[in-house]
Amino acid sequence: MEKELNKILSSFQGKSNELIPALQQIQEELGYLPGDAMLYAAEFLNVPESTVFGVASFYAQFRFTPVGKNMIMVCKGTACHVKGAEKVLDEISRQVGIEDGETSADMQYTLESVACIGCCALAPCITINSEVHGRLNAKSIEKIFKRKKAEEKTNE
Amino acid sequence: MNKSNKSREILVCCGTGCVSAKADKILDALKQETKNKKINVKPTGCHGFCQEGPLVITEPDGILYSRTKTEDVKEIINSHIENNKPVERLFYHEPKTGGKIPHYKDIQFYKKQNRVILRNCGHVNPEDINEYIEKGGYRAIEKALKEMTPEKVLNMINGSSLRGLGGAGFHTGLKWRFCYNAKADEKYIICNGDEGDPGSFQDRSVFEGDPHSVIEGIIIAATTIGAKKGFIYVRAEYPLAVKRLKIALDQAQKKGFLGKNIFDSNKDFDLEIFQGAGAFVCGEETALIASIEGKRGAPRHRPPFPAESGLWGKPTLLNNVKTYASIPNIINNGVEWFTKMGTDNSKGTAIFSLTGEVANCGLVEVPMGMTLREIIYGIGGGTTDNKKFKEIQIGGPSGGCLPESLLDLPVDFDSLKEAGAMMGSGGMVVMDESTCMVDVSKYFLDFTQKESCGYCSPCRLGTKQMLDILNDIVEGKGKPEDMDLLMDLAISIKAGSLCGLGQTAPNPIITTIKYFRQEYEEHINDKLCRAKKCKALISFYINPEKCTGCHLCFTNCPENAIEGEAKKPHKIIQHKCTRCGICFEKCPPKISAIESYAGEKIRI
Ligand SMILES: Cc1cc2nc3c(=O)[nH]c(=O)nc-3n(C[C@H](O)[C@H](O)[C@H](O)COP(=O)(O)O)c2cc1C
Ligand code: FES
Repeated sequence: MEKELNKILSSFQGKSNELIPALQQIQEELGYLPGDAMLYAAEFLNVPESTVFGVASFYAQFRFTPVGKNMIMVCKGTACHVKGAEKVLDEISRQVGIEDGETSADMQYTLESVACIGCCALAPCITINSEVHGRLNAKSIEKIFKRKKAEEKTNE
Repeated sequence: MNKSNKSREILVCCGTGCVSAKADKILDALKQETKNKKINVKPTGCHGFCQEGPLVITEPDGILYSRTKTEDVKEIINSHIENNKPVERLFYHEPKTGGKIPHYKDIQFYKKQNRVILRNCGHVNPEDINEYIEKGGYRAIEKALKEMTPEKVLNMINGSSLRGLGGAGFHTGLKWRFCYNAKADEKYIICNGDEGDPGSFQDRSVFEGDPHSVIEGIIIAATTIGAKKGFIYVRAEYPLAVKRLKIALDQAQKKGFLGKNIFDSNKDFDLEIFQGAGAFVCGEETALIASIEGKRGAPRHRPPFPAESGLWGKPTLLNNVKTYASIPNIINNGVEWFTKMGTDNSKGTAIFSLTGEVANCGLVEVPMGMTLREIIYGIGGGTTDNKKFKEIQIGGPSGGCLPESLLDLPVDFDSLKEAGAMMGSGGMVVMDESTCMVDVSKYFLDFTQKESCGYCSPCRLGTKQMLDILNDIVEGKGKPEDMDLLMDLAISIKAGSLCGLGQTAPNPIITTIKYFRQEYEEHINDKLCRAKKCKALISFYINPEKCTGCHLCFTNCPENAIEGEAKKPHKIIQHKCTRCGICFEKCPPKISAIESYAGEKIRI
């Protein structure tokens, strides 16, 4: 892992103010922040380990567990809330069989609710691996996941 | 048509909204179809009318095609471009009159707007600096450096009375003056594009649609106050904005607008992007600065203000995206032009993202002082499906909810504040009678409580207490004294919190209690939710006269709370029912046997 981390952080100079971009880079490459990676970052940037964890746990972007192949983000921003985000979350949760914040055992899906993805005019909306799906209802959600599941089958 | 000798252009809106409806595919198809023709097909940033996307616009005739599909591309080319017969079927359909409107300038949504900051959004390719230059871009910075002294620029910004568009409305000229006067070996400049307010997307749209206008504004500010280094702070949740900004910075660098000796002025300036990591409180200036320094985004006490001691303890100028984007306009067009727009104390324009239960969702820019009614009904086309208007939420979690009686309020910094709301980042969410006001205030408090950085106790503990009380109320456990307690807490949190997050967090609760007190009382005393939102305060019931016994509700109920034989009327076992509403949705619309009630009367 050390070699890999060394490569990931190769464009950084090792200054303490690079902590957030460095953690972002690690997460971009590894999908999450493993404990060892945070220890490595602490040493590399010469900041206390507690600071690294303090910063990583402060910001919503950072996660400490691996994510599924499909990252589903359900918007719970104001516009989406008014247009039924709660129901969208319930329906997706039923479709993929996991609750908000969970990852499925087969590592196919991670479900997360977020505050506003900036497509409020299309509320209620979600993103799946950064592709936006808007104006959702129970039917269109069912359709999206039927298609996703069919894709998985053909890929197997 | 084709009267003008300007060359033919087809513009495809590639803002996030339109792209999610496959605008990128339409762009590809158009490029493919016009490969051998002398037509310029180009992507633009958000054109504003997100509701009707994907939007395709032809210039110079200014025709707008709404809800376009890739299948329509051939017809657009064959009929409109080749034979000058625009495709009527794709014109915008005016819902009230049923008429079809070919030119976007004639559509109500655009007609009443005054697009100054957004002048280029939807008209230029944001990934091509030359298009911005053709529209007069980077002339203001040239003028500022070649023909004006910093003193003159400062006087001009001051004279324009421009107020910061990040929410608080602080006078920009004054802030620049403080930074200019500060004595230090180094100064910094920061552009606040955190835009954490849920329900607003205007900063994102400016970044995605016209990044150079922001960059030019920042360069003018930097060279005026004497900063050599700057940061654009963008939310990481905005990948398209980050991508376009990177391209724009790169192009500006190559043209020599950034870097060393800009326009032979002997002034150097470097600008880089800092991606936020997702924390609402980082929109607050001192928290944002902590974040760039690589720390937890906790705000600190002011004074000293960032203008005195900001990033790494140096004088730092921090403004919002739209504030910077306004600067080139003011330098180019003059103070008089700018001050003609707006009200006595709020000059210029404001950008709002109009969303929620409103017919025309999208991005609107209007002169300060336009009334809410004009914005919602004139531009927004009224509520969706003509449902009854209930309230408009302005300014996100720091703002407030305003009722119908305040619709004639002219919108500017001061009038909103007086009404208990706030300009905030400019989110406007329209809500109709199907929204529950207690649920809305609980929603915002849930947000601020989670986003509180935890540094000061009034905010950390106070918001939690308020949330607990609101949770009790929506669960039917509210007590009559709760309203007074909520107000007491609200006042203490406002007075005692360290930063703007806590100081404004109670606003949604204060305004909903002020304008919709009766609804709270119904929740607390009568245990009913008239909007039928709060699950504990509604009940479902199957009308035996309508039920055909199709069994759909029976099979879909996750709680097995429905009984009945096929072809015979079904019944809900009330004590098992969790009121999830699935049966209500699954019951075929032409049968509609399931009815919902506010309150408990059926549950017995
Ligand atoms: C909790 C909180 C969140 C804020 N979020 C933002 C934001 O997203 N964007 C912004 O420009 N200003 C935000 N502000 C206001 C900034 O602190 C600051 O006043 C503003 O960026 C100054 O720029 P302006 O003078 O151009 O308005 C926020 C303030 C608070 C207290
Ligand atoms: S509220 Fe859902 S995208 Fe903004």
